[in-house]
Amino acid sequence: MVEVKDGKKILTTPISREDLADIHIGDIVYLSGHLTTCRDVAHRRVVEEGRQIPVDVRDEAILHAGPIIRPLGNGKYEMVSVGPTTSMRMEKFEYEFVKTTGVRVIVGKGGMKENTARACKDFGAIHCVFPAGNAVVAATAVEEIERAEWLDLGMPETLWNCRVKEFGPLIVSIDSEGRNYFEEKKVEYNKKKDAVAEDICKQVGFIK
Amino acid sequence: MSNKTPREKMMSIISQFVGYTAIRLPDDVIAKLSELREKETSPMTKVIYDTMFRNQELAQKLGRPSCQDTGCLQFWVKCGTHFPLIDELEALLKDAVVDATFATPLRHNSVETFDEYNTGKNVGKGTPTVFWDIVPNSDTCEVYTYMAGGGCSLPGNATVLMPGEGYEGVTKFVLDRMTSYGLNACPPLLVGVGVATSVETAALLSKKALMRPIGSHNENERAAKMERLLEDGINAIGLGPQGMGGNYSVMGVNIENTARHPSVIGVAVNVGCWSHRRGHIVFQKDLSFEVTTHSGFVYDENKAPAIIPA
Repeated sequence: MVEVKDGKKILTTPISREDLADIHIGDIVYLSGHLTTCRDVAHRRVVEEGRQIPVDVRDEAILHAGPIIRPLGNGKYEMVSVGPTTSMRMEKFEYEFVKTTGVRVIVGKGGMKENTARACKDFGAIHCVFPAGNAVVAATAVEEIERAEWLDLGMPETLWNCRVKEFGPLIVSIDSEGRNYFEEKKVEYNKKKDAVAEDICKQVGFIK
Repeated sequence: MSNKTPREKMMSIISQFVGYTAIRLPDDVIAKLSELREKETSPMTKVIYDTMFRNQELAQKLGRPSCQDTGCLQFWVKCGTHFPLIDELEALLKDAVVDATFATPLRHNSVETFDEYNTGKNVGKGTPTVFWDIVPNSDTCEVYTYMAGGGCSLPGNATVLMPGEGYEGVTKFVLDRMTSYGLNACPPLLVGVGVATSVETAALLSKKALMRPIGSHNENERAAKMERLLEDGINAIGLGPQGMGGNYSVMGVNIENTARHPSVIGVAVNVGCWSHRRGHIVFQKDLSFEVTTHSGFVYDENKAPAIIPA
């Protein structure tokens, strides 16, 4: 479901392909509902080993992150600190991962490339950036850790199935049309860089 | 009253200070981020800066590390040969990291190489890293603390240029790193550049450059000019906060240099992320101390050491 509340665009799980149709790169959204941490080894298990993901993330969201968790006993856990990790590490798995799991929203840090963009377009998903370095803002948007699966992977790699409220801001970096914010930006940055280099080089001829 | 030995006291002060630097950014970084925040104009940059400042407030209020990556600890010590604890300093710093790790808490960021396991104590073979500057005929000890995060360590690079490539080559080497890796390293960045002979001399200087206050300049006029040119130039690329575009890219560019072999120019670049967790504390021989980076730090003499799991 998608709604606008106090000027904020909020996606609430379950999310449909249609919910994402009007969301474009550069937009800012917030997420309520279910968000599951999922990174390197979990992707490998799903894609390379063909194992079924023990948390059903269909129409939900994943977060590329390795959090600091405090065990509270009785299978309960507290989210102390969480921030996104570099999404690019999951790029080689993401097309198959989205296809297999039906996940709608991928949250991480930095951009991803053509595999993920193709997945977003083919299956109706988006990739978003949570501004990194803001671990306390993120942790306090987690209302409860409802389940923990694949605990054998250790604290950073466990699938922490969280219920979140207005988790964000999430800046859309790949939209469901497959447009890629960072790739478009990089073209602009490199063009400006060449102009800057030319200008500086004229002024640093110190070896004569 | 505390009855700590001098070693225990210095360990405890460093531990508390390291823990504090995980929660609160240095005064110069906060001031610079506040300045850049005001100069950004797009709605996206405003949302990102609002999040950053709200995060720092929450971290302080809840006493939690502001970023989950509390880095692998590095110390740059400028120690007088007559400082009473010089012999114990390196071991004491290691104890301080373990203590701060369980007291704060900090993330366990020390993985033994080749054996590839996390020590679970945030220290290991050669970590924390201690860089030494020995100061003859002095009895004081300056300690720079730094949390080297994964994200901001990644863009680090060093090379040796031929003199024909000149400072133009240095310029291109630094700029290329900004648009390939820098945008992912949590801008606005502090960029450290070392110019010397070989990779390690340049690399050490590039890290040392990151210890300098934001807004300070190299005492050599040409090096200072190059700092300003690179700062303005990288800003003009417009990486913005998080590399997502904006009016500014960096908090500053600091260059450190030495003389070089006539046949080569060693150059290295190192970056600090916006969450630039560096501290500076100066001890006198009686262990009275002054913190120059964090005006809010208060040492609690009666705080017991952390309980370290076996």
